[in-house]
Formats: sequence, C-alpha cells, structure tokens
Amino acid sequence: MIRVVVQEADFDAGAVLGQLQRDARDAGAIASFIGIVRPESGGEPLVSMTLEHYPGMTERALEEIAASAGRRFGLSAVTVIHRVGRLVAGAQIVLVAASSLHRQAAFDGVQFIMDYLKTRAPFWKLEERASGMHWVEARSSDDDAAARWEAS
Amino acid sequence: MRLVYFAWVRQHVGVSQETVVPPAEVQTVGELMSWLAGRGEGHARAFADRHRIRAAVNQVHASPSTRVGGDDEVAFFPPVTGG
Repeated sequence: MIRVVVQEADFDAGAVLGQLQRDARDAGAIASFIGIVRPESGGEPLVSMTLEHYPGMTERALEEIAASAGRRFGLSAVTVIHRVGRLVAGAQIVLVAASSLHRQAAFDGVQFIMDYLKTRAPFWKLEERASGMHWVEARSSDDDAAARWEAS
Repeated sequence: MRLVYFAWVRQHVGVSQETVVPPAEVQTVGELMSWLAGRGEGHARAFADRHRIRAAVNQVHASPSTRVGGDDEVAFFPPVTGG
C-alpha cells in the first residue's frame, strides 16, 4: 500500500508510523526518515523556508518513486508526506517510511525514495535570511546519490 | 499551449502561467525555450541560461528534444530542491 500526501499542515510522525504498521500487518521492519528545516543556511540564521510545488506532477512523481521502491525492495507499505508553504527552523518538512519483512529492504527503500525525491519530485525551496530571499540551488551530490541506484 | 512556471523562472517571467500559440516551426521543448526568450525582457531573463532550466511536458520530466504540440501543458522550472 502506497500513501502519498502533499500538505501545508504539520504531521504527527508517531500516528503516521502507527497507520503504516496497521497497513502492513505482515511486516517485520519499519524504517523512516524525517527531514527538518535547519536553523542556519549560508552562514546566517534562517528566518523561514517556503516550499513551492507543482500540484499534480508532484504527487504523481512521488507515487512513481514510491512504487518503484516498492517493486525493487519488496516493500509491503510506503508512506510519503511532504509539506509545502512557509516553514520555520525546526519544522518537519518530509517523512518517508517503508515496511518490509526484514530491515535491510526497509532501510534501502527509504534511502532510495529520498534520493529520487531530491532529484525528481518538483519542489523548490525559497530561503528567507537576514540578507534577503534566496532560492536554494540544487546540489550535484544529490544527483550522485540518486545515480548510485542506477549503477547497482 | 498552456505554459506553467515555477520558482525563479516564474519570478522572472512575471506570471505563473500563460497560454501561447507558438509558430508551427516550434516543435520541441528547446525550440519553445528559444521562442519564449524573445517574448519580452522577463522571458529573456528567465531563459538566459538554458542549462539552469528543467522542463516537463504534461507533468512528465522532459528534455530539450521532447516534442510539444497544441494541447500540451509545458512547465519550466529550476532543478528541484525538495526533501
């Protein structure tokens, strides 16, 4: 079972993991990742971060990434929740969780989904700092992280 | 053809979407970018450095050689930075 949600509201990670566990009754493992807004960027304090997305394409891209991870690692359930809108330091941005029979598949599945989410899902971050507004630049290290799954 | 823009591409162009009727010789994403760059100052700024722009056709990632036509929704945006 794949669940993908793009929302402005915060999420309760405990409740989300509880739901995932109920969705995947046969699972022996659940792994999860939570991304959080860092308090600093570019050497100065971050006032806020605003996430923009492409409604429709974003959900579709996330569903494809989750389904692809599910097939590749034999995951029984996957949940992806990604927030949009204005967030402040310490706020939760994204939660990815996956269940499987044994732990390695769940760990790998979550990493795979995050690596592809970073390079394929249409989200953009606008940082507000003392020096002004800055669009976050894509990092080549994120491309490299996604590319390693192609090679293996 | 419906065009949608995101992040700094949207800021440079000045609108989040627009409907255009490109000339018949515009058949690919790359040709569309060249044509759009000539539509005004904002468009020119947005499409000044093609290597910094990504595109999607009907909400699927596309390349400069991807073909585009009348009913397509074409999106232009910077490399993505979610997560």
